[in-house]
Amino acid sequence: MEVKQISVFLENKKGRLWEAMDVLAKAQINIRALSIADTSEFGILRLIVPDPEKAKKVLAKSNFTVRENDVISVGVPDKPGGLAGVLKILTDADINVEYVYAFVEKSGKKAVVVLRTENINKGKKALKKAGFTVLSSKEVYSL
Amino acid sequence: MIWNRDAECMQIGEREKLQLERLKVVLKKTYENVPYYRKRFDEMKVKPGDIKSLKDIKKLPFTTKTDLREGYPFGLFAVPRQEIVEVHTSSGTTGKPTVSGYTKKDIEIWGEVMARALTMVGTTKEDIIQNGYGYGLFTGGLGVHYGAQRIGATVIPISAGQTKRQLEIMYDFGSTVLTCTPSYALYLTEAAEEVGIDIKKLKLKAGCFGAEMWTDRMRDEIEKRFHLVALNIYGLTEIIGPGVAQECEEKNGLHIFDDHFYPEIVSPDTLEPLLEGEKGELVITTLTREGTPMIRFRTRDVTALRREPCKCGRTLVRMDRITGRTDDRLKIRGVLIFPSQIEKALLEIKGVEPHYQIIVTRPQHLDELEVQVETSKKLFSDEVRHLEETRKKIEKHIENAIGLRVKVTLVEPKTLPRSEGKAKRVIDKRQL
Repeated sequence: MEVKQISVFLENKKGRLWEAMDVLAKAQINIRALSIADTSEFGILRLIVPDPEKAKKVLAKSNFTVRENDVISVGVPDKPGGLAGVLKILTDADINVEYVYAFVEKSGKKAVVVLRTENINKGKKALKKAGFTVLSSKEVYSL
Repeated sequence: MIWNRDAECMQIGEREKLQLERLKVVLKKTYENVPYYRKRFDEMKVKPGDIKSLKDIKKLPFTTKTDLREGYPFGLFAVPRQEIVEVHTSSGTTGKPTVSGYTKKDIEIWGEVMARALTMVGTTKEDIIQNGYGYGLFTGGLGVHYGAQRIGATVIPISAGQTKRQLEIMYDFGSTVLTCTPSYALYLTEAAEEVGIDIKKLKLKAGCFGAEMWTDRMRDEIEKRFHLVALNIYGLTEIIGPGVAQECEEKNGLHIFDDHFYPEIVSPDTLEPLLEGEKGELVITTLTREGTPMIRFRTRDVTALRREPCKCGRTLVRMDRITGRTDDRLKIRGVLIFPSQIEKALLEIKGVEPHYQIIVTRPQHLDELEVQVETSKKLFSDEVRHLEETRKKIEKHIENAIGLRVKVTLVEPKTLPRSEGKAKRVIDKRQL
């Protein structure tokens, strides 16, 4: 199954991020990975959680604008050049990256790169072809 | 300086007599010649003959802009169309514009009241008036023009816009009086530097500014930068155009030329007359117009009337600076805008919910319009680029609809007030 990412629209208002987190905390939802894109007026909070459906529901109930999208998760060796290797493949295949964020797996051996390419399938194919491990939702959610 | 001492300094009792005489005539003429008014009078079971004192005016029906549209285009004329020598219209932003028809005598009256107004700001036949109000269907340009010609001053009919040229001509021709909107006057002061014109070398001594709401702070700023006396003029197309009222050098309210335009202040809620000094909606009855006389026209402008004597010697009643409107239409940089226009434009965009708020500010002398729009699932994207595109698309769409640049801000759902009951669609922070 595809890895699902939850994104939340946040106005640049004091305490708004906390409010979103509080909703997730109260629903007992643990966060695997997170990134925030910010502009001068608003932010987009992006989350990987084990139960995207539930997260979406509780956030929407609290009046947050929520969306769910597919993203690509790739496991890379946790050493210099790990992310560069992934991006090289995409660059060579002429695939544009919309955004990317990464986290280190608990064991510390592997890093996980979450990325969104213009065309998800194309990106995935290119990475697989180059021998990268594209992680399944099950693998990512249980990290 | 006073243009028409007999009329402007007339003893109050005398003027009241004149007003009543004129009122009786205009009521008889409108009742006899305008089917619309006859119908309204009959509905209210009032005849022109029932008006025996000025106080009786409250028995008469009000006239609104909507009423005028019913008669579009020429239905409100009180004389045969052949006697109309000129027409002007309101901007017509919400539908059909309203038409004002002028007979030869109406044009003369317009020239007279505008001559009074321009004289009040200090204009004589020695002066060069740079008329930066728009010429055309808009009344501003020609109104000033007729007044200037009556005085015999030299008028430069430059109209609005063309900032560089305005400043060059102002400098080269040695303009002494400037007439335009106050925000444009301020804009000119800012542009002067870019154009390379030394503002201190200009010969301007006075400015006659109006056609939009403005403040004393703006006045201070204009006076300081231009080294002139900035005075407020008031008028509206339905009544005659500019020249309904003008501020004198005492800067203590605008003198209404009430031998031609009879003012009342009513409560916008109950429509009952208010006392002197109480703030309410200005209602005007034209006492001398022939083409399109107006009976108790609701201007929607909020002000108060003051009758205590003015040091300038004029006995004309004064009105305060306009501080607001009883409907929610907005005047942004001189353009009339209704929140409903913005709503309409918004709803034409797929995915936009009808929850919005309009915020008007004036950060640096020019009005800014911000429209806050709630995001919806359909609008939202996990990519900044897409959200920015959506925002710009909405901006462009509103701009096309209302002809003004706006700034759109996306806000979170359910954070804006809802339209049940009295939704506050517009927040005007201009402190007018």
